[in-house]
Amino acid sequence: MKFFFFHLMPYAALDPDYDKQYNSAWVTLPNTYYDPKIGHQLYNRYLDELEYADAMGFDGICVNEHHSNAYGMMPIPGVMAGALARRTKTCKIAVLGRALPLLNNPLTVAEEFAMLDTITGGRLVAGFVRGIGAEYHAWGANPAESHARFHEAHDLIIQSWTRPGPFAFEGKYYHFNYVNVWPRTFQQPHPPIWIPSQGSRETIEWAAHPDRKYTYLQTFSPVQALARYMQMYRETADRYGWQAGPEDVGWAIPTYCAETDEIAKREAKPHIEFFFNKLLRMPQEMLLPPGYLSLASMQGVMAAKRTMTGGVQTIDDLMEKAIFLCGSPATLREKIEQYQSQIGFGYLLPTMQFGTLPHELTTKSTELFAKEVIPHFRGKADRQPAKQASA
Amino acid sequence: MPYQEHFETIAGCKIRIMRGGRGEKLLFLHGARGASSWLPFMETLSQRFDLIVPEHPGFGGSDTPDWLDNVGDLAYFYLDLIDALKLERVNLAGVSLGGWIASEIAVRNDTALKTLTLICAAGIHVKGQPKGDIFMWSREEFIRNIFHDPRFAEAMLAMAPSDGEVFIETKNRLATAKLGWQPRLYNPDLHKWLHRITVPTLIVWGDDDKVIPPAYGPAFQKLIPGSRLEIMKDTGHTLQIERADELAALMTSFIEGARR
Repeated sequence: MKFFFFHLMPYAALDPDYDKQYNSAWVTLPNTYYDPKIGHQLYNRYLDELEYADAMGFDGICVNEHHSNAYGMMPIPGVMAGALARRTKTCKIAVLGRALPLLNNPLTVAEEFAMLDTITGGRLVAGFVRGIGAEYHAWGANPAESHARFHEAHDLIIQSWTRPGPFAFEGKYYHFNYVNVWPRTFQQPHPPIWIPSQGSRETIEWAAHPDRKYTYLQTFSPVQALARYMQMYRETADRYGWQAGPEDVGWAIPTYCAETDEIAKREAKPHIEFFFNKLLRMPQEMLLPPGYLSLASMQGVMAAKRTMTGGVQTIDDLMEKAIFLCGSPATLREKIEQYQSQIGFGYLLPTMQFGTLPHELTTKSTELFAKEVIPHFRGKADRQPAKQASA
Repeated sequence: MPYQEHFETIAGCKIRIMRGGRGEKLLFLHGARGASSWLPFMETLSQRFDLIVPEHPGFGGSDTPDWLDNVGDLAYFYLDLIDALKLERVNLAGVSLGGWIASEIAVRNDTALKTLTLICAAGIHVKGQPKGDIFMWSREEFIRNIFHDPRFAEAMLAMAPSDGEVFIETKNRLATAKLGWQPRLYNPDLHKWLHRITVPTLIVWGDDDKVIPPAYGPAFQKLIPGSRLEIMKDTGHTLQIERADELAALMTSFIEGARR
């Protein structure tokens, strides 16, 4: 298994009482809640934490993209990746944005990723996402065009990396006479592509298509949902006539490691609860604007009345659903090994800083995880769950 | 007056149409909430008119055609429909999104029209007069914000929607987003060409419209030569429910008095 240290760079100094006046930490929360001096400290501290993860032997580090919010301060993740490109020497750098439908010209991402890939000598992992629903409110991008723009922007970027330029691209949303991206990507034909998602049949169908075979990452999902989506990916691959392995699926999950289970839970509690209850808070209209999900998927959501803001979640709820991994090194080794063998993921992306978790606890947890959890999995083959008889 | 429900296929798109009454032809274009049912307002109008209420492509019981991208597509679709149904000297009316579509039809070709009525219409932008963010509102906020008198909202909220109605609401929201998410509920070019409208035009607004502020009424009036503006007091965005009788009476006297 490969371990990627995932940072969201939250605005950890957010006044926790903001929600007495505002219903979300996204889009409509005034940026007067943000203090640039604190921002300066946080950015540099978070970059230190990412560099520390590289020094501690993580296989990769991940940055993220979100707009107009306190949840994550990386609207332009390439800035962070650029800063990390020169300070790290061996780890992969995964940019788990870029939200393609938000862009007027997707070739900016083709250029940015090609530059990062070249500077790092081929250490870039290219992420493509649609962004979450809130982004469509913040950016004015039409959510009803989200899927179609994502697919067309993706096609344009891949062609710009794989076809000799200049060539003409004639799409519905993007039309260029001269597609001719300089520099070309260092990795050929192009960097590995990861598709983070909160789980959708359409995305899995698309990622597992034999033309793509992209690594699928499940983010912020209870372990049960994780198992279902990864099974769906393997079944889709089977249907297309290829066999998906552990290297095709990954799991991104907030993780905290401490000396004992009890210490871990005590230390993590306020910070993980802040993360889920304050930073992720948003009404359904913000999370799921019309068209963000297909009409059929939206029907399912409306029927279930499921929202990310469905009441306050405690650390016990989060640990029970395994939407948060927390414990001693022995507990984490055991849980990760158990989930890996049941679910078959080949990448684990622990978010080791979350919410208000301070620097000292973040580095303590990172160090323990790197020294006492990761080595346990080195040299061990990932397991692939047995195929289930389809119903 | 009983109404008939039927389907027509125009420009390759099958749409649902409600039609009832006798008299001058009146084509009524619905807003973002669709036109699933025959409202008392429509019943009143059908006493005097041959009232035709289609559901736009992408809405309610109508199909969503591959060609549907913007309000201009709907304007050409309705010009085809006017031809196909032989609606000569038709009176055209639209509320909100439907008023936007009606304006886009009229600037393209108003030769088949006798009159135009725009009710709390979308379609233009007035600087410094933001529209309500209908896509950020919850279902409950939406219903509260489309009326002035909260009793109408309470009555609407008291009726829990069926699964079928929830599906239609979701479908209508999707179609509205496709047409009007960005720029929000207007066409930046439309205001340049509203002077092309030569038919008698009535503009009606509620003075407490929280979706499209009342300042849009005078803005439309200035742009459409010879148009007449009526502002209804203590009225929100949904005149066809909140002021059903007054609106029907106003439209009737305007249409019957119009000469073209």
